[in-house]
Amino acid sequence: MSHKKKGHSLLEARIIRRALIDSLIKLDPRNQVRNPVMFVVEVGSLLTTLLFVRALFVKGTESPGFILGISLWLWATVLFANFAESVAEGRGRAQADALRSSRRDIQAKKLSRPDREGTISTVASSQLKKGDHVLVEAGDIIPGDGEVVVGVASVNESAVTGESAPVIRESGGDRSAVTGGTQVLSDWLVIRITANPGETFLDRMISMVEGAKRQKTPNEIALDILLAGLTIIFLLATVTLLPFSLFSVKAAGQGSPVSATVLVSLLVCLIPTTIGGLLSAIGIAGMDRMIQANVIAMSGRAVEAAGDVDVLLLDKTGTITLGNRQATEFIPAPGTDARALADAAQISSLADETPEGRSIVVLAKEKFGFRERDIHALNATLVPFSAQTRMSGVNLDSREIRKGAADAVEEYVNRQGGNFPSDIRAVVNDIAREGGTPLVVAEGKKVLGVIRLNDIVKGGIKERFSELRRMGIKTVMITGDNPLTAAAIAAEAGVDDFLAQATPEAKLKLIREHQAGGRLVAMTGDGTNDAPALAQADVAVAMNTGTQAAKEAGNMVDLDSNPTKLIEVVEIGKQLLMTRGTLPTFSIANDVAKYFAILPAAFIATYPQLEALNIMGLSTPQSAILSAVIFNALIIIALIPLALRGVAYRPMGAGLVLRNNLLIYGLGGLIVPFIGIKLIDMIITFLHLA
Amino acid sequence: MTTNGLTQIGLFIVVLLAFVKPLGSYMATVYEGKSSGLNLILGPIERLIYRMLGTRPEDEMSWKAYAGAAILFKFCFVLLLYLILRFQGILPLNPQGFPGVSPDLAFNAAVSFITNTNWQSYGGESTMSYLTQMTGLAVQNFVSAAEGMAVLVALIRGFTRRTAKTIGNFWVDLTRSVLYILLPLSLVMAVFLVSQGVVQSFSPYKNVPLLQTIGYERPRVDADGKPVIGADGKQLTEPAKAFEQTLPLGPAASQIAIKQLGTNGGGFFNANSAHPFENPTPLSDLLEMLAILLIPAALCYTFGKMVGDTRQGWALLVVMGILFVPFLTVCYTAEQAGNPLFTAIGVDPAAGNMEGKEVRFGIANSALWAAATTAASNGSVNAMHDSFSPLGGMMPMVLIQLGEVVFGGVGSGLYGMLAFAMVAVFISGLMVGRTPEYLGKKIEAFEMKMVALVILIPAVCVLLGTAVASVTASGVAGVSNPGPHGFSQMLYAFSSAGNNNGSAFGGLSTNTPFYNTSLGIAMLFGRCWVMVPIIAIAGSLAAKKYVNPSAGTLPTHAPLFVFFLAGIIIIVGALTFLPSLALGPIAEHLMLYK
Repeated sequence: MSHKKKGHSLLEARIIRRALIDSLIKLDPRNQVRNPVMFVVEVGSLLTTLLFVRALFVKGTESPGFILGISLWLWATVLFANFAESVAEGRGRAQADALRSSRRDIQAKKLSRPDREGTISTVASSQLKKGDHVLVEAGDIIPGDGEVVVGVASVNESAVTGESAPVIRESGGDRSAVTGGTQVLSDWLVIRITANPGETFLDRMISMVEGAKRQKTPNEIALDILLAGLTIIFLLATVTLLPFSLFSVKAAGQGSPVSATVLVSLLVCLIPTTIGGLLSAIGIAGMDRMIQANVIAMSGRAVEAAGDVDVLLLDKTGTITLGNRQATEFIPAPGTDARALADAAQISSLADETPEGRSIVVLAKEKFGFRERDIHALNATLVPFSAQTRMSGVNLDSREIRKGAADAVEEYVNRQGGNFPSDIRAVVNDIAREGGTPLVVAEGKKVLGVIRLNDIVKGGIKERFSELRRMGIKTVMITGDNPLTAAAIAAEAGVDDFLAQATPEAKLKLIREHQAGGRLVAMTGDGTNDAPALAQADVAVAMNTGTQAAKEAGNMVDLDSNPTKLIEVVEIGKQLLMTRGTLPTFSIANDVAKYFAILPAAFIATYPQLEALNIMGLSTPQSAILSAVIFNALIIIALIPLALRGVAYRPMGAGLVLRNNLLIYGLGGLIVPFIGIKLIDMIITFLHLA
Repeated sequence: MTTNGLTQIGLFIVVLLAFVKPLGSYMATVYEGKSSGLNLILGPIERLIYRMLGTRPEDEMSWKAYAGAAILFKFCFVLLLYLILRFQGILPLNPQGFPGVSPDLAFNAAVSFITNTNWQSYGGESTMSYLTQMTGLAVQNFVSAAEGMAVLVALIRGFTRRTAKTIGNFWVDLTRSVLYILLPLSLVMAVFLVSQGVVQSFSPYKNVPLLQTIGYERPRVDADGKPVIGADGKQLTEPAKAFEQTLPLGPAASQIAIKQLGTNGGGFFNANSAHPFENPTPLSDLLEMLAILLIPAALCYTFGKMVGDTRQGWALLVVMGILFVPFLTVCYTAEQAGNPLFTAIGVDPAAGNMEGKEVRFGIANSALWAAATTAASNGSVNAMHDSFSPLGGMMPMVLIQLGEVVFGGVGSGLYGMLAFAMVAVFISGLMVGRTPEYLGKKIEAFEMKMVALVILIPAVCVLLGTAVASVTASGVAGVSNPGPHGFSQMLYAFSSAGNNNGSAFGGLSTNTPFYNTSLGIAMLFGRCWVMVPIIAIAGSLAAKKYVNPSAGTLPTHAPLFVFFLAGIIIIVGALTFLPSLALGPIAEHLMLYK
């Protein structure tokens, strides 16, 4: 994954220093007990330390050096796990610090009533309550989350989004929400505060990334239970070895019962320390990856749910198509020259600053080489678009040029005494059916022809959708267009389904239908009218530019306000779950090799024939046990980067993903420790350590 | 391995598979309450039973009520059976005049039969009256099996129902299992067994003169009847001659039919199905072996049919198959290889290790029976597992230790397998990046908690029981062989009890207060603490919404999942028991071949 502007390199020196200290602090049993697997290791470390002290004074079968070696590596195992968690937390903390620096306590200009003329009293921003009104002028920091009541201003939101280009905030509509800590650059705003101190968006973000409010997600809890169950099984399998070996020693008449040091070593090697040590790091890192993608998840549960999503509801405009339609063709009416049509279309669009209007001017230049003309030199009067006429145009001396929707122009022409050619009507219908938008151009009572406006589907989006399909995710395009247009764009973009002439109610209904069919739905939204649907959806990404209501209703906020981000969010969610699934597999598969290292070592004195199980050919029983313990500790360190980065994800069917992961982490987990333990044994033997 | 042996094993597998679909779909009809044909005849009886129990098929139960009914049912029957056993001396149908059995043995036997284990610390023909065998033990053979099937059906309903509060009616599921499945099958089977020479009689045991007088050593006793101890501390013996023998009789055929079909395994006679009156001919042997796996295998199809996707059922059957065949193969090969110590002194190894085996069955059928009876939690035997080679004897033991999910008990095997399937789904589901779901139901924390219990409890019973036995004087006292083999005897006994198999390795004297009590507790925990969590899972699943599968959902009928599930079962079993096996059969095997 590429690191964005706010990203940290995987292991930054500053974070590591802090993590080293933290991993010692985390040794506190009260903290450690929350992770049963690692708690068992800590108890084992303590026990072997005591055994070592005892061995210094009481001569036993094992040398104090061996017990010390085991003990030290057990402590290292606990520390490595703590270190992994600390590194993950450190990365979150760095994010939080950056956010917190923008939340200074500032003096706010509190207004007695919600307009600029109200009396101003100066209060600290931390004293502001929900419902208070404040005035923010150019250069001021916005003291808290709120809604613009009066005014328009440009606001620098880089503190929250990392995006330095200023955005416009104004009262009414969908751009009225402001975030505390951002700065007004020009003009002024009257803001109604919508969050009490400590509950602001920034506060929530900080606590989220710090992991302070991190609750275990449902899958995490279930995995914890499974790991605890395995730990109990292994605890039993090792503890009962003592009576078993007592019986065997008596029966065979040789050897000595298995020692506590060996039992503790075996236990620690068997219990799933790899995943137990990395589990919380994986969760924190998942949240962190969201932040790297500039998405703030309101809960870990939301990140996890993202991996389960079956249906993506995507807004057509901005997500699937470029934000605006573009003119792609001039279709003259019978008896009209195409140049004449282009000429009229260009004149009528010269003053039209909308992207559609500009694209007409561009097309006229491309097709016929028409230069742009100065509208004022033509002495033209502009007729702006209005909701009543649904047309725009120019009045030019005697000429009256209009362009607009077909039915509006038809009415206009009819009123002038002309008639609307049936050929044109056919062309209009064709364009609509093909997903375009027809704009009819008329001069006086004469229809000159039709301009075809097309939605431009974003490059690469079709491939993205087919990837999603392979992942088993259905895409649904949401558009206000009529069904004909919607169908054509849907086909071009390659979405699975579409909802045409969408209203907020229809969106909500669609989500509920999918959910009733047992599917998880994700959507993005920004407007207040999206809020009900956002609240209903399982994964709801609100655009940061959106209204407060939308942000409240969603469970994630995309700071970049990029609707396509939803796809990335799903991938991060999947990656998180996959990392959680593959590491236990790896951890358990490792146990096979550890058995082959420790079992013969532990019982060879009683039954020398068990040497046959020493298939790795480890040099001595002590070195075999030590090698297994060392491998067990080192593998945690080796897997920290994987835990933080997540398992590589490529979109494909579940069967293929499972096959690949089983080959890498299952089979790999089976083989790697055989090699690793043997290598460590060779080093130990070479150094004469055991 | 011989061609003859392989042909017989092949025939067994083919015939077994041929029954899976017809019997499986018949059972699905029975449990779905549809007309199965037999209800035209047995319907009135069924309705009468419901009236007596004060229930109706429409009266559905929550999982708690269902579990409560199952426990209450168990409790009543364990009490009843205990009383029958204690007071059989004053009850009728006791031509041999057997006295009431001791309290610890009565506890052990009662628990053993109500838990579908049928561990026998006693010899049937020398301990139990005809009344006890018929009204006590045989009745339990039916109802304990039916109970397992009922719980399985409840679990299946958990998968098929959506946002439901109930999982069926325990009494109805129980009644239908007995009336429509176990009784008709037993009837057919009993009649067939009688045709092969299995006894079915109420007459007292018969004394018949021996064709050839046999000399033997008998313990010498003093005037008070106490054994005389020699200077070396051992009992003294004296030569004696036998002129006649006692032929035990009894209503055996009817009981043997259900003990095989219901994966009970408790023999009418002490020698179980090695006894010529219990299993006289190769044909009866084939039939009895088929009966062991018949219902557990067919229930896979029932499961598939009831959840609306028979591929799911076949997949689980394949998992059972790919676990069963390798164990069978190793067992057969090890037994066929003979004993290297005998080979060394010039015995032809071609005959294989015939110690403890019946000549009329031979190596192949003994190995096949051993594998089948331990894969399923049947526990009947036609050969002495104690006399198997170390490796050959380890295979049945490991099949038990896998948790009795490879076929397993009727009902209980499949619900155990489904618990493992949930673990496999959970891990593989995470691995493909989705909250795990099985058959459209999300597998979450509650299910994992219960599944952990299901897998944990039998392992706890086995390991703790063996641990206690191996360090207490009364535990070690029962061991008849020194060294690793003695350890295997204890490990096998507790594996068999904790997993409700009931077969005995042999060689371990278990009719002592210590073993009767400890094994009894292991059996009780191993059954109840698996069954109740399973019913809880059924309730939790039934309450869940259905999740539509998509391309992102892991297909649980695909070969990959089948192998993964088999791998999980092996890995969990191996990781739990490898250390103890190393000190038992593995050490013994290595000593034998070094």
